[in-house]
Amino acid sequence: MASIINMPRLSPTMEEGVLAKWTKKEGDKISPGDVIAEVETDKANMDFPLEDEGVLLKLLVKEGTTVKLGDPVAILGEVGEDPVKALADLKLGSVAAPAEAKPAAEAKPAAEAKPAAAKMAKDPEEETAPANAPASAAKTAAAPVAPPKSVAPPKSETLNPQPSTLNSTGRVKVSPLARKIADERGVDVRSISGSGPGGRVVKRDVLEARAGGRTRAAAPINLEDVLGPASQMRKAIARRLTEAKREVPHIYLTADATVDRLFDLREQLNELGGPKVSVNDLVIKAYAMALRRIPEANSSWTAEGIVRHGRVDISVAVSIPDGLITPVVRGAAEKAVTDIAQEVKSLAERGKQKKLKPEEYSDGTASISNLGMYGVREFVAIINPPEAVILAVGAAQKRAVVRERDGKDEMIIARQMTLTLSCDHRVVDGVLGAQLLAEIVKILEKPMAMVI
Amino acid sequence: MADVAKPADVAKPADTAKPADSTEKDLVVIGSGPGGYTAAIRAAQLGLKVAVVERDAVGGICTNWGCIPTKALLRTAEIIETLKHADEFGIVVEGVKPDFDKVIARSRSVAEKNSKGIEYLFKKNKIELIRGTAKLTKSGNRAALTVDGKALAAKNILLATGARPKPLPGIEHDGKSIISYKEAMALKTKPARLVIIGAGAIGVEFAYFYNQLGTKVTLLEALPQILPVEDEEVAAALAKRFKATGIEVQTGVKVERVEKGATVIVHLAGGAKVEAEQCLLAAGVRGNVEGIGLEECGVKLDRGFISVDLKSYRTSVENVFAIGDVIGPPMLAHKASAEAIACVEVMAKHKVHAVNYSAIPGCTYCHPEIASVGLTEKKAKEAGLKFKIGRFPFMASGKARAAGETDGFVKVLVGDPHGEILGAHIIGGASTDMIATLTLAASNELTSDEILSTVHAHPTFAEAMKEAVAAALGEAIDI
Repeated sequence: MASIINMPRLSPTMEEGVLAKWTKKEGDKISPGDVIAEVETDKANMDFPLEDEGVLLKLLVKEGTTVKLGDPVAILGEVGEDPVKALADLKLGSVAAPAEAKPAAEAKPAAEAKPAAAKMAKDPEEETAPANAPASAAKTAAAPVAPPKSVAPPKSETLNPQPSTLNSTGRVKVSPLARKIADERGVDVRSISGSGPGGRVVKRDVLEARAGGRTRAAAPINLEDVLGPASQMRKAIARRLTEAKREVPHIYLTADATVDRLFDLREQLNELGGPKVSVNDLVIKAYAMALRRIPEANSSWTAEGIVRHGRVDISVAVSIPDGLITPVVRGAAEKAVTDIAQEVKSLAERGKQKKLKPEEYSDGTASISNLGMYGVREFVAIINPPEAVILAVGAAQKRAVVRERDGKDEMIIARQMTLTLSCDHRVVDGVLGAQLLAEIVKILEKPMAMVI
Repeated sequence: MADVAKPADVAKPADTAKPADSTEKDLVVIGSGPGGYTAAIRAAQLGLKVAVVERDAVGGICTNWGCIPTKALLRTAEIIETLKHADEFGIVVEGVKPDFDKVIARSRSVAEKNSKGIEYLFKKNKIELIRGTAKLTKSGNRAALTVDGKALAAKNILLATGARPKPLPGIEHDGKSIISYKEAMALKTKPARLVIIGAGAIGVEFAYFYNQLGTKVTLLEALPQILPVEDEEVAAALAKRFKATGIEVQTGVKVERVEKGATVIVHLAGGAKVEAEQCLLAAGVRGNVEGIGLEECGVKLDRGFISVDLKSYRTSVENVFAIGDVIGPPMLAHKASAEAIACVEVMAKHKVHAVNYSAIPGCTYCHPEIASVGLTEKKAKEAGLKFKIGRFPFMASGKARAAGETDGFVKVLVGDPHGEILGAHIIGGASTDMIATLTLAASNELTSDEILSTVHAHPTFAEAMKEAVAAALGEAIDI
């Protein structure tokens, strides 16, 4: 008897997932634990394993499709079973299908319960072994509800880092003396891992901890290597960037833009009130406008051929805990700078809270990454396929610049920014890349073009 | 803490002298003192297959020749002392006379019962007790084991061989004229005069005991105070009390030699001499590290004690561990037991109850009792710590007055400004039981706030602790 495979809950906050890639095809035999697909969740790409065995009769959704939690994605049956007939049978029995989706929906409150917040009967073992608390709390929280029949329970929840001194009730175990000293020094005891009985924070731990970001006492140096699990996000970053760097022939072009006028413009814009505009917002706008003017660079290399994108959607790299995410500013060329500013702010905030929907961080046409705020003068970025270009933005710095005036060289102090464009050489040759970069520089140096 | 009596002295009951079990043990503990027997039981609780090798009486020195039998003797001394003051309590008592043989017999019987108790615990926990002398042998990088020459397969070996009395240069124990605590607690006749060299806990306890039984006691100490590890004030208070009850206390004296004849004559530097029927030499103990194959296996020593890592108690040989007196001071039964538990928990990969070395209490069971935890005032000053001192005399305690136990005081060193208990020193009252509370506070970093907001029952001796802490902050009610 065939059964419908539904989109599982692969992260605690997941509402829907993008079926990024089928790792099994129709007709493949499935053993329990086999991964049949990769699903992009709100957090990262996750493996989609099955617990049942059988034959994958039919794939119901195409790669890249966004599927709501519990909606059907495939049909699993037995060897020799006719997929057409099975499908017909299942359509009749489609009332039964939600029954499989339901457990997943019911699992929500349990799976969403944060380990630290999980209120449970005091277990003395957990009280005294807080290092184990997140894992066991997650276990306990998940226990009352069985996972959806055909789906292996996601394991990622247990990887959430928790300060080791938090016990199962979220209370920090700290000695009265340690508490007093911590209060005095402005040390957050929740950030300290305790060395006392049962992981209790004691005086020595506080003395060894950093006080308000400053090191009061030298932190203990751990000479041992520590092996920890890689988060799904780190795995996704590792896989995608390795693939990009290996598969995409990168070329790098660097130019300086003099941005005194850009800073003046920003100042004027911010004097008008309204959303605060950052230099980065202006660079996004300039980048999008330049891509509009040099449309050949706004392309993707695909197996079928080169896609020239009609839309200019800028993926903006945002650093989030343990990784990064690239929310997309759609139609940036046509948007007002203030709108871009607002949108980037919202996307970045929600990205940091891991609340972005998949469509908000996928399908950009060109990327931008800015490390200027960290004082980086210039750097080269890895292309985010299938996009063909990524712009790496360095810090705007006052530099001694030699310029020619009235036939004479003179040295002035100018605010400059170094931009490096990485191009997929399969799509963007050096000259094309240079044209795009020159346009970006031109717009940044004559920034009024962005507001008229 | 295996005793060091010659094997010839050791009774080997036939029923327990069976050959070693042929299957490999997860752990073989050598010595069944408070370190060894605790380790064995904890290991059994954690599911390890355990054997204990003991060449003498089960329970080691603590049970047979230390903590327990001396407490029985001291109880007798205390009763005698109380009876001396019977009229104060409105009791007419005449003809108080100790029966020395009975006193000793009772002490031996208490020790024997405790030893049997441990044997019962071994049975209950399915621990194999092997009577014999264990020796380590080299086996690659690890150590193997023989008991009386027969191999005993062991994954891990725990050395809990304890310590024995230390002689002084030129002054050796002979068991007759110059005796150790072991002979002192089982003498055939009560000596008319006893000279004690060394005023540590052992020397002080025997001084008190024999003095109360009517022996003329002289207590000699090389250092400037009796009970050299205790706080100066406490030691001074005890010395005063000892002198008042007839003990001759001499501190800062150097023993040159001991002349043996019909009596013993202890010659002191400067020409003075003390004559007595017997001399109790109680100038410390040394680790039992000889004859157990340590050198052969490569178990490293440091100044006569086995070197270990103080977290795992592992020695320089991978499968050999050591705890208790044999790894060095403080030479205390409860230190050995605490190390035993931590060591076995590490071995069994269990959650470890680590030993807090800064809060190990020390007790001396003369009357008035003495107990302490943490730093003495002198040590705290040397460490450059800022602290306030609080004192509460039992004279001001209602319970103490009612009990006629007004000697002594509680002294606490309260950290400034946080109020942690840096040290606590009690003489009098029920100090050896009371110290548990202040040890709990010191070990867990409780501060004056927690202690002062803890309701203490009235009337008790224990109230004095709270009052002493309050006194440090100028908040005492009853003084």
